[in-house]
Formats: sequence, structure tokens, C-alpha cells
Amino acid sequence: STTIMLDCGLDMTSTLNFLPLPLVQSPRLSKLPGWVLKDGSTFLDKTELLDLSTVDVILISNYHCMMALPYITEYTGFTGTVYATEPTVQIGRLLMEELVNSIERVPKAQSASMWKNKEVQRLLPAPLKDAVEVSMWRKCYTMPEVNSALSKIQLVGYSQKIELFGAVQVTPLSSGYALGSSNWIIQSHYEKVSYVSGSSLLTTHPQPMDQAALKNSDVLILTGLTQIPTANPDGMVGEFCSNLAMTVRNGGNVLVPCYPSGVIYDLLECLYQYIDSAGLSNVPFYFISPVANSSLEFSQIFAEWLCHNKQTKVYLPEPPFPHAELIQTNKLKHYPSIHGDFSNDFKQPCVVFTGHPSLRFGDVVHFMELWGKSSLNTVIFTEPDFSYLDALAPYQPLAMKCVYCPIDTRLNFIQVSKLLKEVQPLHVVCPEQYTQPPPTQSHRTDLMVDCQPPAMSYRRAEVLTLPYKRRYEKIEIMPDLADSLVPLEIKPGISLATVSAVLHTKDNKHVLQPPQPPASKKRKRVSDDVPECKSLKPLLSGSIPVDQFVQTLEKHGFSDVKVEDTAKGHIVLLQEAETLIQLEEDSTHIICDNDEPLRVKLRDLVLKFLQKF
Amino acid sequence: MRAEHLESAGQDVGRSCILVSIAGKNVMLDCGMHMGYNDDRRFPDFSYITQNGRLTDFLDCVIISHFHLDHCGALPYFSEMVGYDGPIYMTHPTKAICPILLEDYRKITVDKKGETNFFTSQMIKDCMKKVVAVHLHQTVQVDEELEIKAYYAGHVLGAAMFQIKVGCESVVYTGDYNMTPDRHLGAAWVDKCRPDLLITESTYATTIRDSKRCRERDFLKKVHETVERGGKVQGPLPHIYCSQQILNISHFFYRERMNLKAPIYFSTGLTEKANHYYKLFITWTNQKIRKTFVQRNMFEFKHIKAFDRAFADNPGPMVVFATPGMLHAGQSLQIFRKWAGNEKNMVIMPGYCVQGTVGHKILSGQRKLEMEGRQILEVKMQVEYMSFSAHADAKGIMQLIRQAEPRNVLLVHGEAKKMEFLRQKIEQEFHVSCFMPANGETTTILTNPCIPVDISLGLLKRETAIGPVPDAKKPKLMHGSLLMKDNSFRLVSPEQALKELGLAEHQLRFTCRVHIQDPRKEHETGLRVYNHLKGILKDYSVQHLPDGSITVESILIQATAHSEDQGTKVLLVSWTYQDEELGSYLTSLLKKGLPQGTP
Repeated sequence: STTIMLDCGLDMTSTLNFLPLPLVQSPRLSKLPGWVLKDGSTFLDKTELLDLSTVDVILISNYHCMMALPYITEYTGFTGTVYATEPTVQIGRLLMEELVNSIERVPKAQSASMWKNKEVQRLLPAPLKDAVEVSMWRKCYTMPEVNSALSKIQLVGYSQKIELFGAVQVTPLSSGYALGSSNWIIQSHYEKVSYVSGSSLLTTHPQPMDQAALKNSDVLILTGLTQIPTANPDGMVGEFCSNLAMTVRNGGNVLVPCYPSGVIYDLLECLYQYIDSAGLSNVPFYFISPVANSSLEFSQIFAEWLCHNKQTKVYLPEPPFPHAELIQTNKLKHYPSIHGDFSNDFKQPCVVFTGHPSLRFGDVVHFMELWGKSSLNTVIFTEPDFSYLDALAPYQPLAMKCVYCPIDTRLNFIQVSKLLKEVQPLHVVCPEQYTQPPPTQSHRTDLMVDCQPPAMSYRRAEVLTLPYKRRYEKIEIMPDLADSLVPLEIKPGISLATVSAVLHTKDNKHVLQPPQPPASKKRKRVSDDVPECKSLKPLLSGSIPVDQFVQTLEKHGFSDVKVEDTAKGHIVLLQEAETLIQLEEDSTHIICDNDEPLRVKLRDLVLKFLQKF
Repeated sequence: MRAEHLESAGQDVGRSCILVSIAGKNVMLDCGMHMGYNDDRRFPDFSYITQNGRLTDFLDCVIISHFHLDHCGALPYFSEMVGYDGPIYMTHPTKAICPILLEDYRKITVDKKGETNFFTSQMIKDCMKKVVAVHLHQTVQVDEELEIKAYYAGHVLGAAMFQIKVGCESVVYTGDYNMTPDRHLGAAWVDKCRPDLLITESTYATTIRDSKRCRERDFLKKVHETVERGGKVQGPLPHIYCSQQILNISHFFYRERMNLKAPIYFSTGLTEKANHYYKLFITWTNQKIRKTFVQRNMFEFKHIKAFDRAFADNPGPMVVFATPGMLHAGQSLQIFRKWAGNEKNMVIMPGYCVQGTVGHKILSGQRKLEMEGRQILEVKMQVEYMSFSAHADAKGIMQLIRQAEPRNVLLVHGEAKKMEFLRQKIEQEFHVSCFMPANGETTTILTNPCIPVDISLGLLKRETAIGPVPDAKKPKLMHGSLLMKDNSFRLVSPEQALKELGLAEHQLRFTCRVHIQDPRKEHETGLRVYNHLKGILKDYSVQHLPDGSITVESILIQATAHSEDQGTKVLLVSWTYQDEELGSYLTSLLKKGLPQGTP
């Protein structure tokens, strides 16, 4: 049963290794076909690392990290459980809904799959030619698949201890990056693996990162660091605001390609404080997404998952985010799409927040076409997941200004080393790219994970054995057995009791019960019974002082005791019984005739001098 | 483990305050006030906890299950006036709503009745600073040994049940809960945590309540009839939770289905705030509301107007909902005084009323009430009782016991007779002991805690690996040494124990001389002995070594010639103490000699 437990532990770590992969790669790869297919790319990547039907549990760290979930739950025979926090699920649903919506509303007459053939792919233009495993790219999932996938998620709260098969306990902790984002602790009684993914030490809207609980980890798996380690999020926000103000003042429009949740809340909050002082109170802000309304509403109801300041607001009671006020005062308007109400209300100059940040689908495509020709307008990139140059490529030549203010609140390398110093894990495991400086800035040796002992790195599709060895496990001793134990103080402060008990193992829990008295079948003469199996006798320790031993023998009726000295000890002779007892430092040897009562008597006398283990 | 009820907490729905001592930790569950009293009896007698010494030193933590005053009303008195600085745990919504109710109650008692010796606004604020908010299912480590965990309880917004755990001993305290989801809230749920003790409320210990819909229809019918004949309807609201519920029903049925034009008023202030809280804590409501809240806010009502004191004197029918629910003070009492004399009017009491309150008096049939200043108020209006408060009924309580599988059950917060009935039912069905202590009584429950120790993996693996047949069901006997050092317990193999203690093993060996009659050569005797043993000891490894000696497992047998008698051979059987049984068996077996015909 113990073997299963270890396997289970390894299974889970490979799950963890697996999960972030689609996160990083699906947006990047889904963008690539966009080069040929213009808007509405319908292919996402899915990686086969292992047979997913053998995965027992999936732990989700934040809503960006669950975008591939429908592929796993709907297509792979996966039957395990998925764990995530409530905000993660709700906002993850919104992100998926937006994705599905923006792809489904531009139906394509036919879909090509011939190009995925290796022979054909070889002939395609550069980026597509080099893409890995295109045959794994899949069509975007549908809403029924999303719903079905999400229905398989088990909701959990921060610091909730979840028992898996009685062997492992997993606990989500606040990671400070997004609403409901979590790091996970995977532990058995004796080892602790922390999975740190997408964490932030900055104070934005989510609950601050819980660092204390990560202490004493045997292994810390580190991933989801910032994509742009050189940019300071605060500075970027400032730049964002000033660029926005400048454009609007000059009569231009501002386009902000963004996700419908996350940084947008912080941007709106900054703008809320900024617009009056910048004289922008009359400029309309439009938030266009099929889930814009839901996203804004949902953000207000997860008070328990927010930072302290926002939580206290709820006690007043006031909505935690100021965008409620922006909406009330009509400064911020939200629309499900550019069709319908929006076309009536639309006033320029204005600021538009809309998706998708890859500029490949969603309403942002429309605005790029509409505003791209005028140099008065500005597009401001805030999402760090995409190279803005690549994103813009299909729209070139472009007259509109492009500003790159990536806001990524996730850990940078300085924060990582601080965190590691604080938390002190025995081993650090991280993706290979974090262990060397970024390829474009190879001289920046500060832009890598630096710790002692050096971090173990893993690559795509690599299996890593985590360096820890278990030595102990928990077992419970039943109270009546505990009562029967006789502890002896062996050394000062250390006591010892020998335990002979029956071991019961159920659901990976071990319990020791008192041994059953032998079955009351009719007793035959003892000597007739072949002893059933080896019954375990304790080990012995100690030494026998010869004088006292002789005295004891005499007390028990042996009158003819004779002692001889030998090189290593003594020989005690019982002349009449023709019995010889060799006493040495670490051994006693009783040599006698076949006189069982005598032997047993001598044995018990010897045992009196020794301790049992 | 002991569960103590502070005065007036057990068999009475007055207030809740329970002290639990579990494995050396002391936890106070709820800190309620009794609203039927206006004197010292209103608060629990905290001097009972520690005769002398500070509460902070004695109590490890305080847990508040929900925001009703009979569960949290004495908290500022307890923490600020008696003096307690330790942690107080409650859920986020409770933390948000509790201070409002406390402040509201303080205002009625102090500002209107002019009472002194009551806590102040500042005390409420200071008290709330000591509160730590907890998430559902979050395991809160109060200290190294004590942990608590909140479960969803339904009942009111933010109500929670709590599991208190020290080592492997645990208690679940339910607070108030309901097991059927209603218009707003979901049903209470607890996992199969097998606590040593389940402390459950038993307000509705004998009732199996009729369906929620029926009760709602009843309520509306009564309102309808009264308004038809031109009467006024008063609905005192016990809690903001109930207000939401009644509001909702009135809104959807009364306006839209029965199509009446009589105005509906609502006492201002409290409910608007309550509305807001409901919206902000919508994750604590039931599935349906959570799913639809983006499209439709359940808590915004177009037809319901705010009530002004002057409206009470308006002619014609109207429906007014005002707080508090037990008619003991405030707006509802004022309205009641004005309307009580007219038999056309009706008051609908929506919940349980504490003894001593006007609500309790009229519900128990009293029609002449002595008000302040010896004034007698004659009640001619109709008095109806409609329970909206969501408590678990007998069926629900049984259901919860089934869920949690406790080893003992303790009933509180109910009436003695009804509790006795339920107690018998529980003992019959679940075969667990069930207690129903009186107020101020201490119940001691013996637990039988298992002792968790660390077992070395080597020993565990060895024990699971050996044994003649790998049979999972057959229990395995294991032998090990339990090392106890500075409160840490480790079960290791005897070898490891010796090694860790730096001790050498002492080997105890026996060699027995067994004389057998056999005239043959020594090695032939040896062979015969070998064949003999091989035939008998089928499960053992018996070997014949090249030097003529024989081993049975690790027991060595040598055949030697007798010094004097050629016809006798001496078998030297040698074994260690660890093989004692087998060695002893072999000597007695060999003593009987070799059977004839042994080759």
C-alpha cells in the first residue's frame, strides 16, 4: 500500500508539471495559425505528456491555468477530480466563454487540416514550419464542453486541507496574483512539496500571498514567474495613464486589448483616481466583451478573496471595487459586443477595453481595422503574454501609435530570491528557462533563479524524480494497546517500550491493535504443535555482571556454582546439571542437557539482567 | 472532554454559550445574550469559567456561529467589560453584520431605555478588532495543536458550523442550521468527520415541518384576508435574514399574483443594509441566486416602500414589516401598541419569542399586557404564528447525525420535553450516547483517543512484506520498539532502536545436548535427522550442510558421537533467543528419537 502512495505523489507532480504547459503554449501557438488564417484561428495546442486517464487529481492555480481543462476532461478518459477555488472557476468560465464566443461567431465555411501533415507542414512559411507537434492542435472547445468540464471541478477554499486517498493532503494557499489564485501544498505526514505558480508580492486587489505556509518544504516547484522581469508594474501603470491621457487630449482614441478579468480591475481603479485630476471626466470608457457585465459583477462578490482594504469596504457596506461608481456615474459603460446598443452610444474620442490581447479574435480586431489608419489613435498593450510586435504584424502598415506597457505582477527574480530566502525549501525545481538568463539579454545574470542548492530544472516532456526520501509514516496505536505498553527509561529522557501488535491497514491509514489471544481451539500438547510461523521475540541488550548472576543462581537453588575466567569473560559451571554458561560482554551461551525445565529456568534468570527491544 | 453550559444555555432557547474543554484546550462556543431579561441575567455568568484569573489565559479561543444576538449578543460585554483579548473566530458575513445588530440593540437598550452598565459603541468596535474572519472549510490553526474548521450551516447569511480538533479528538458544534435549502440559502453540510461529540441545536426537536411552499401560501392568504377587510397587518421581523425572506415572498406573490393595492412598508435602515450585505456576500446564498445574480438581483424590490413612523396612523389597509421580531422594543413595538386594539388588524409573529418579551406573551395567549408605567394594553388584534426561521427539524437533525457519524451527541438550544423525545430517537437509531444537559450543567464525555506515532518506513515495509501468505485481510503481527523522547513517539525496528541508542545487541544462545539411540556413524545419523525433520517441518527451510550439520531456519543441529556409548549419538541443537519457540520445539521433537524406518 505504501508503494501506491509514492506513485500517487509522483503522479501529482507530473500533473503539476503538465498543467502550466498549455497555459504558456496554447495562446502562443493558437496565435501562429493566425498568420495565415487572419482572424478566427481555431486551433489550440494540447500536449500529451502522459496517459491522462491515470491522473487522479488536477490542482488548478489560477483561471489562466485552466484554459485547457475541457480538452483534458472531455477527450482523454480522465476520471479524476479537479480542485480549484470558486473565483478561479467563475472567472475561468468567463474567460472560456469569451474565447468560445469570439471564435464561434466567425464561423468558417471549411476547416483545413491537411497542413498539419508533416510533409505539408515542412513546406509552409517560417513560424508554422517550426511549430512543434501541430498534429496535437485542436479545434476550440464548445460551451457545452466548457460546462461539462467545469462541472467536474470540486470547489475549495484557501487553507482547506483536502485528503486524497488517505495518503496525501493538498492545500490551496493564496498566491496574491489574481482573484482566487492559489499555490498548492502537497504533503504527507513527512514530506511537503510546494507548488508556487503565478504568485505576486505586490498589493493589488487579491488577497496577499501566503508565504508562511510554504516554509519547511522539501521541494518547491517554482513556475509562473513574470514574463517581463525588467518592467516595473507601478511604472507601467503610470505610463499607461499618461499615454492614455495624452492621446485623448489630442482627440484620439485609445484601444486597450485585454482579458476581461484581472489587471483590468486595477487599471480601472487607477483611472478612477486619475481621470478627474487629468481632466478626463467626460471621456467615455467602454468595456466590450461578451462577459463584461459578468466580470464586473463577479469582481464585487468575492470580497473574501480580496485584499484587506477591499474587505473592510464590504463591512461598511460598500462595493469593494470603485468601478461600481464609474458605472453608476456612466463613466464606464459595458457592452456584450460592438453590435446593438454600443453603436448607438458610441462617442469619440473614447477609451475601449476589449479582447483578445492576441489581436487575433474578438472585437479588438474590429477596432484595429477602424482606428489603425489614424496617427491620433493609440493602442496600449498591457497583457504580457504576447509579443506586441507579433500581435501587430498582420495589421502593418499601421499609422496608429503603439505603446507597450506590460503589467505583470507576478514574481520577478529579485522577489524570487527573497522568497526563497524566507521560505528556505530544501530543493527548488523550476522550468529550464528560469535557470539561465533570457536569450535576448544573456548578460543579465540577475535575471535567473539563484538559490542554494542550485535549482533542478525540467524541460518540456521530461520526467523528473524529486529528490526526497521518506523515512517515516504515521501509525495510530489503539488506546487499549497503549495502556498495555510498559515504557522503560533507557537513557535519561529516552524511554522505550516494546510493542507486539496487530497491524491493520485500510485506506492508507495504519492502526496498531492489541494482538488477539490465540484462538481457543482445543489445546494439544504444546510439543505436538509445529510452531505456525516465526513468532517474533525481541532483541536483547545489556550485559550480565557475573557476581550478581552467581548470587541469583544460588538464590534459586543452584548450590554447586563454579566460575572460571576466560579471555573474554567468564564461564559459569553448574556441575551437577552438567551445564555450562558462557558469559561475555555481548553474548550469553547456555549449554545444557536436554532438560527443558532447567533451560527455561536459566533462560528466565538470564533475561532478568537484560533489556528487551 | 467536557462540555459546560454557561448558565441558561442548555434547555432553553434563551441564549447560547457553551464551554468545551477538549484535550487540555478550552474553547467557548457562541456568546449569546438573553433578550427576555433587562438585568444581569441577560448575559451569561462568565465568572463561572474562571473563579479567579484572566479569561484570556484560560480560553484558547471563542467561536461565534452566526450573527443572531442570542449567539453573539454578549460578545462586547465579554471581551471588553469582563476582559478577553484572545482570538474570536467568525465567518466574513457574520463579522460584517454582527456589529450592526449589536449597535442596533445597544441603541434600543441604552439610548431609548436609558440603561447604564451596557457596552458602548466603542466597545463594539474594539471587540470586532479581535475578530478573525474565516473562510468556509479553511483549516485555521489556532495554535500548534488546536485547529478549527467552518462548515456551511444555512440558517442565516454567514451561519457556520464549526469543527474543533485537537490531535485526534474532535467536536462539531452546529450553532443553528437548516438541512433544507430555501429561497435564499443552501442546506447545511458537514463531511463524515466522525467527531467524538456533536453539539447540535434542537429548537424544532419534534416538529417535522410542512413544506416551505405551504407555509408561504398560508402566510399570504392570511395577509390577503386581513387587507381585504380593511385591516392592517404587522409583521415583526426577527432578523434581517427573515426580512429578506418575507420581503421576497410578499413581492413576488402578493403584488404579482394576488394583485392587491394595499401599500407594503418596510422599516428603513437595517434592511437596506441587509440588502447590501446579501449582495456582497452572495457566494453564501444558494445555488440558484448565485447563478442568476448577474441578470437579476433578488434583493431589489420596486414595490416596497420605506416606512415612516407617521404612516402608522394612516387610515386604510397596509402591510408593515418592522424590527425587532419579539416586540420587545423599537419600531415594531410602537406599531403594535397603536394597532393592537383593533380586531380587524393582525400581527404575524414570524419566529420564536423569548420568555418575558411582548411577543412571547401574546403568543402564549395573554391578551392584557402590562406595559411600562403600569399601563394596560388590551390586545384585540389577531395574533398568528408563522415560522420562517430556518432551523433543522427532527428529520434534519437526524440527517446531520447521519452525515457526521459522531460518537456522542449533545442536544442544546431546545425545550426539555422535546429534547427528551429526540434523545430517545437518536439513541435508538444510531446507538450513540446522547446527552441533554440542563443549564449550567457540565457534561463529561470520555474519549478514547488513539495515539499517533511515527513508524519507520523500513519497519512498516518489512511487516507488510513478510508472512507466509500475502493476505491483505489477515492481520499481521508486528514487533517493534517504541522510542519516547521529548514527547515524540517513534516506532522503529528493534535493530534501529539499539543502533540509535548506541547499544550493542546481547546475543543469548542455547545449546542443548539431545541423546538419541543410533548406532550408525555420525554423518548417517545426521542424514536421518535431516530426513526426519524435512518430513515434519514442511513450511520451514531445512538444509543439510556439507559438513554434516543441519539447519532449520537459523537453528543449527550437529550430530556427534557419545564419548562413552557407541550406540548413542549426541545431537547438539543450538539456537538464539529469537528462535526460542522453534528451538524448544525441535529439542522436544528430537528427544522422542528417530522413528523406525527413517532412511
